[in-house]
Amino acid sequence: MVGGGLLVVLVSRDALAAPVIGRLTEGKAPGDPQIPEAVSAWLHIDEHGAVTVFTGKVEFGQGIRTSLAQEVAEELRVPMSSISLVMGDTMLTPFDMGTFGSRSTPQMGTQLRKVAATARERLIALAAEHWHGDASGLTAANGRVTDPRRHRSIGYGELTAGRTITENVRDDVALTPASHWSVAGTSVPRVGARDLVTGRHQYTSDMRVPDVRYAKVLRAPSIGATLASLDASGAESMPGVTVTHDGDFVGVTAPSAPAAAQALGALRATWTPVPGDAPSSRDIYEYLRRTPAPARGAGNEGGPSEPFERGDPTGALASAPHRLTQSYTVAYIAHVPLEPRAALAQYTRDAGGDRLTVWTGTQRPFAVRDQVAEAVGMPNDRVRVIVPDTGSGYGGKHTGEAAVEAARLAKQTGHPVKLVWTREEEFRWAYFRPAGVIDVDAAVDADGLIAAWIFDNYNSGPAAIRPPYPIANQRVTFHPSVSPLRQGSYRALAATANHFARESHVSELAHMVQIDPVAFRLKNLDDPRLRDVVQKAADRFGWPGLTHGDGRGVGIACGFEKGGYVATCAEVSVDKNSGDVRIVRAVTAFDCGAIVNPDGLRNQIAGALVQGVGGALFEAIEFDHGVIRNAHLADYRVPRFSDVPSIDVVLVNRPDEPSMGAGEAPIMALAPAVAAAIFDATGLRLRALPMAPGGLKMAAASSTGAR
Amino acid sequence: MLAMSTAASRGTASERHMRIEIQVNGHRRSVDVDPSQTLLEVLRDELGLTGTKYGCGEGRCGACTVLMGSHAVASCTIPAQSAVGAPITTVEGLEHDGHLHPVQEAFIAEEAFQCAYCTSGMIMASVALLRATPQPTSDDIARALETNVCRCGTYPRIVAAVRRAAASVGADDRP
Repeated sequence: MVGGGLLVVLVSRDALAAPVIGRLTEGKAPGDPQIPEAVSAWLHIDEHGAVTVFTGKVEFGQGIRTSLAQEVAEELRVPMSSISLVMGDTMLTPFDMGTFGSRSTPQMGTQLRKVAATARERLIALAAEHWHGDASGLTAANGRVTDPRRHRSIGYGELTAGRTITENVRDDVALTPASHWSVAGTSVPRVGARDLVTGRHQYTSDMRVPDVRYAKVLRAPSIGATLASLDASGAESMPGVTVTHDGDFVGVTAPSAPAAAQALGALRATWTPVPGDAPSSRDIYEYLRRTPAPARGAGNEGGPSEPFERGDPTGALASAPHRLTQSYTVAYIAHVPLEPRAALAQYTRDAGGDRLTVWTGTQRPFAVRDQVAEAVGMPNDRVRVIVPDTGSGYGGKHTGEAAVEAARLAKQTGHPVKLVWTREEEFRWAYFRPAGVIDVDAAVDADGLIAAWIFDNYNSGPAAIRPPYPIANQRVTFHPSVSPLRQGSYRALAATANHFARESHVSELAHMVQIDPVAFRLKNLDDPRLRDVVQKAADRFGWPGLTHGDGRGVGIACGFEKGGYVATCAEVSVDKNSGDVRIVRAVTAFDCGAIVNPDGLRNQIAGALVQGVGGALFEAIEFDHGVIRNAHLADYRVPRFSDVPSIDVVLVNRPDEPSMGAGEAPIMALAPAVAAAIFDATGLRLRALPMAPGGLKMAAASSTGAR
Repeated sequence: MLAMSTAASRGTASERHMRIEIQVNGHRRSVDVDPSQTLLEVLRDELGLTGTKYGCGEGRCGACTVLMGSHAVASCTIPAQSAVGAPITTVEGLEHDGHLHPVQEAFIAEEAFQCAYCTSGMIMASVALLRATPQPTSDDIARALETNVCRCGTYPRIVAAVRRAAASVGADDRP
């Protein structure tokens, strides 16, 4: 077993050598930050008919390796078993921005369908040439072109004989409509499932190479502290240990993991903390309100910070009969990917120059390639980043911290270097979902329609900030703040925070004018697809679905983001003595267009709901003076078996609509639905996420100070 | 200038290495270990059995679950020397003659994973549960697996997989 990891990797790379060499000599190299036009950059068929697909997307558990293969199988007319995907390899795959924003299905899925359809038509033309006949009447199926009139057929492998398909992807190529799908649109099992249940799949953190050195990096005692002095003599005297010191970066390598840990422990360092007071998790919301960021954009989020304004919101607020003003807050939370950041870096130097190869789990392999190149002072075409299928990310692995650290040490020492972050490092030195404060000031007219809407979001982000309700008078503004903690993307970005505030407020408005919350939404919404998921979730739930009392309550919320329409009904049970809140059941209806893999989609939706339970009820990062106070799983609570409600998913398939992503939007409606259900059960309005970190009484007591 | 010290003494002890013999997946394995090494580190780094995962290092996530005898244990919390004398089974030891264990089959059938980084630990904890309780209820399953985290949130599928495995094992055992 020892060293088996690299062997596997080398074998699989060698197996691809033939198509790779062809691909690299064709001018437009894969990895160029342009979308290549040649079919051959995306797809290769070998002489046996085996299909290799190249995409810069990465598999993090969302099942995209399977669903993209389904789309190729559908258009190319080949069995799933003949397709393998090379993913997230900056040398082999075309440039890609990254795997985020629910783009893989709508963008990469569509691109690969065009690639495969173009290839299929080319193969039919090749068959016609082969038979010296006419292409009309020839059909493609099961990896072969068939001439039904003359009862003959030929395999794709024979047609290409391993040569590349020299044609550009045709934008106007006819794609198979979803209503005619036979492979796409079905619950094809996950590719590679057997390796996942046997432990055979090699995540980055599992990879081993001969002569590898294990690395540890010295961390500051608080965020932003700078290194004042370092005495590395104790570590440097240990056998086989190297110490690399460059500015505030100090890394050690050793022949074994325990030796690396000992070397790290032998470093003597003093640090200078950031001067002055830093905000803590107790006073973060006031801080975010009064500390605007100098420029737009916080973390990895782009988007407008200019207000969106329509009508006369101020005037409409003043004249409407029912007005409600409230504030909502969301805490910083951690992604807690079960596989922490990890990297294996290999630096080589020969007559052809130096090269650096880094295996790491990142959602943006090309961006990390550039980060690594800059950090080690090499041109980016000498650096190759490869992303093995990774132990999750949820937006938390856009960056390449471990890759950069391992690369620096590999270049410095000349040995392959492996670095796996500890859970504590992951909590302290990765980035968080932004904390934020949202003020909502809204009014309802005499007919029960929302007449005015003013929405100010401080620091959460602009994703899904505009209401899906067609409100005539509105002003919606995102105010980026200076964040004391490192912040960035998280599944659905700020759509979760904006939906929590918006949908909570909509439920409060409905209650104020005494209209049922489902009826109030249907009355105020005009988008037929959003209305449809609201109706379907309510129907399946049996809204309101229970006899009230006994600490039970129900709530609903809905929304739209990244092409996905979602509505969630939740039922909670509150133990009035202990304050325990349990989400008893959740029904989510979801519409993301034409469904590519129904079972995979159900898995994503249910998973998003479970992850949403944590942010809704108990997840929060606690910090003080630049130190994370709950940097362990013992102190940072994540959802476990006992937290999971009975989950019912209603899939709304729309074969006439484009297929959109589904990894993110299903998380958005859970928290506001639960908030409404807690109100229904107890009369308590909880406007801060997480809502019940220590049970309900503490939550109620601590929320009395909120506006 | 205010200065803080981060120095921590962990001892320097490469000379403290000792040779131990442990029994893993039915094979006796002799390994050199540092006294600070956990069973998890020895399995992964010395024996190359990387199916068992590091997730938290404090026994709170279950990714490192292996069987010690017939009990599920968090191998990240167990000093390697403590494993001497107790048969250890890792996920690599479940497959026999190319046939998957019924729990592995059930995880595939229910697609009870997303990123699957937790899967080895979930499977080992489930195997231990089914040995002790061949026909567990959903509550039994949730209780037995409570220390195992699936951050992707596939818990309902895992419960379904364990129930499926229980049903298939029960069927196989019938005369």
